[in-house]
Amino acid sequence: MSGMHDSDNILEVRGLKKYFPITAGFFKKTVGYVRAVDDIDIYVKEGETLALVGESGCGKTTLGRSILRAIQPTAGEVLFRRRDGEVVDLTKIGDEKMRDTRRDMQMVFQDPYASLNPRMTVLNIISEPLICHKLMKGKAMQDYVRELMETVGLNPKHLERYPHAFSGGQRQRIGIARALATKPRFIVCDEAVSALDVSVQAQILNLLMDLQSQMNLSYVFISHDLGVVRHISDRVGVMYVGHMVEMSETTDLFDKPMHPYTEALLSAKPVADPRNKSKRIMLEGEVANPAHLPSGCPFHPRCRYCQEVCKKEVPEWRELKPGHFVACHRAHELDLDKSSEKKKS
Amino acid sequence: MSLFKKKQKAGTYEVASQWKLMWWKFKKHRLASIALPIIFIMYLLTMCCEFFSPSLPLERYKKYVECPPTAVHLWDHEGTFRGPFVYAKEIGRDPETYRKTFVDSETEIVELGFFVHGSKYKFWGLWETDIHFFGAKEPGAAYFLMGTDDLGRDLFTRILYGGRISLSFCLVSIFFTFLIGLTLGGLSGYLGGIFDTIVQRAIDLIMSMPSIPLWMALAAAMPKEISQLKQYLLMSIIMSLIGWTGLARVVRGKILSLREEDFVTAARLSGAGHGRIIAKHMLPSFLSYIIVSITGSIPATILGETALSFLGLGLQAPTISWGTLLQDCQTVETVAAKPWLMFPAVFIVISVLMFNFAGDGLRDAADPYK
Repeated sequence: MSGMHDSDNILEVRGLKKYFPITAGFFKKTVGYVRAVDDIDIYVKEGETLALVGESGCGKTTLGRSILRAIQPTAGEVLFRRRDGEVVDLTKIGDEKMRDTRRDMQMVFQDPYASLNPRMTVLNIISEPLICHKLMKGKAMQDYVRELMETVGLNPKHLERYPHAFSGGQRQRIGIARALATKPRFIVCDEAVSALDVSVQAQILNLLMDLQSQMNLSYVFISHDLGVVRHISDRVGVMYVGHMVEMSETTDLFDKPMHPYTEALLSAKPVADPRNKSKRIMLEGEVANPAHLPSGCPFHPRCRYCQEVCKKEVPEWRELKPGHFVACHRAHELDLDKSSEKKKS
Repeated sequence: MSLFKKKQKAGTYEVASQWKLMWWKFKKHRLASIALPIIFIMYLLTMCCEFFSPSLPLERYKKYVECPPTAVHLWDHEGTFRGPFVYAKEIGRDPETYRKTFVDSETEIVELGFFVHGSKYKFWGLWETDIHFFGAKEPGAAYFLMGTDDLGRDLFTRILYGGRISLSFCLVSIFFTFLIGLTLGGLSGYLGGIFDTIVQRAIDLIMSMPSIPLWMALAAAMPKEISQLKQYLLMSIIMSLIGWTGLARVVRGKILSLREEDFVTAARLSGAGHGRIIAKHMLPSFLSYIIVSITGSIPATILGETALSFLGLGLQAPTISWGTLLQDCQTVETVAAKPWLMFPAVFIVISVLMFNFAGDGLRDAADPYK
């Protein structure tokens, strides 16, 4: 089994692909593939937050779920460092080992209503991972669940309540408590706050950040809200129809985007200042169809810097500056507009 | 939500399980909350039919063949209170039609009472007794609440005994239906692939066949010289062999959609195995649906059994069911001259209606969006 590039990394994804077959006809013949995630390389360092941004349908969620093997990826490697220091490739290990490794990785879901079984009490929901991994039982488990509820800001008296008695924000806290139960080291937050009210969003974000510093957690934080991403993440990866187009430190990316798509995305971020003359870049055309990707760079039909080479060759994923990766033929020569914050001054 | 909170004690709503919420909603459904006790009473009456019936199903009152129902009185002609009683019947003959006539006697009465001694029977085949819930105080005296049939047997007694068969038949038949439907539908949804395709095409095939001819063919294939119990079981299997398809479809759909639910994914990520996911997460999620579906399909099964038995294809005499009882009124002549023989139909209508009302209430109660 191959090792990781960096001993700080808890997760390394190499060439990950997830293709969903399109079937047709009586015999369900495969006539094509939806390339939801196509050849993605990312890494997450221990204790840091990597945010994945992109518009709806760009494959963020599929990528997050493929990493945790909630869905089986089509190809690629997902290297993960377990609590015992062993590096395993999640796509290849057997079911037993996978189940054991699940202790170290968890997920917080987008929809706090769908992700909690309405027929179980809070105690049963939070303790499920403990029971499945046979970590605790009886009185000790109940006390531990109470403790967890307090950690995430819930009233431990509500142990016997059912999810229907909680608000959206409280439900999300239950979901977080469940994710924390086995003391994991890595959590995928799949749009964990986008279903919540703005005020509640802030509470949950702060809770997630507090927990991160207390427990040395690493997050992959999937979101489409750039404000949230800027607030919580150390590094950002930008996705476009299944491809990673840019990945770098958060401040670096917001200040100096290198990919035309990132530039357009950042220009769409609203600024709370009436005097700000926003120079929003309107992208032309539609988002590419992941079942029929355009040739060359998938973004080229909408890119205003497009040249001949972009139409023919798929751009390479290259590290232009240390820690700043981009997939664009012209990234080195373009001087892209800075984020809207800069424009104000 | 707030409605519940007012009614229930503070704090009970939050810790109420899905079933409790369902029960609260069910109680608010007026028709259903009337229907449920009636169903319960009907099952009680028919389960203990030996005790509740005044006579025995095969006991013949030869003098009282085709006797119409007798009215129960409390006061006699003079207006004196006599307790519940019926006038004794004077048997005569119509000089024109030569039909037997039954006229109330002016002088002779038959006193009625509760817990009276009557014909001997074995209660549930366990112990012998002769106590009947109600009937004539004097053993052997003639009293027919709903008249007698053409062999002089008490119709009310036979309706209760028939109810025992008809009302239990639908449960047994539905048990088999659900056994087949749940297994095949569940596997079809969970396994998918070729098994799924085969089961779905088989369902298409069965659903496309007209059901009455299919029933007739299956009933015709049933051997004639078999015991009543075997006949009963075979008939219920025949009913379920045709009835499982709709259920299997729905169960497959439920499993398919549940597989993609976030809380099932969450359980998987928590390290739960297949068995735990099915038992703890999937099954409870559509158990309420199954219960609603059962109450919904009981009326159809009662009607199906009745229709088949009425046509002479289902249960056969001497087995008593509501369908076989109705065989006696297949002619216009019966309907005109002996309308009381249609009493079993009243019981069928009531039970079907009550099951429908209860099913309505359950469906509304199980619907979380109402």
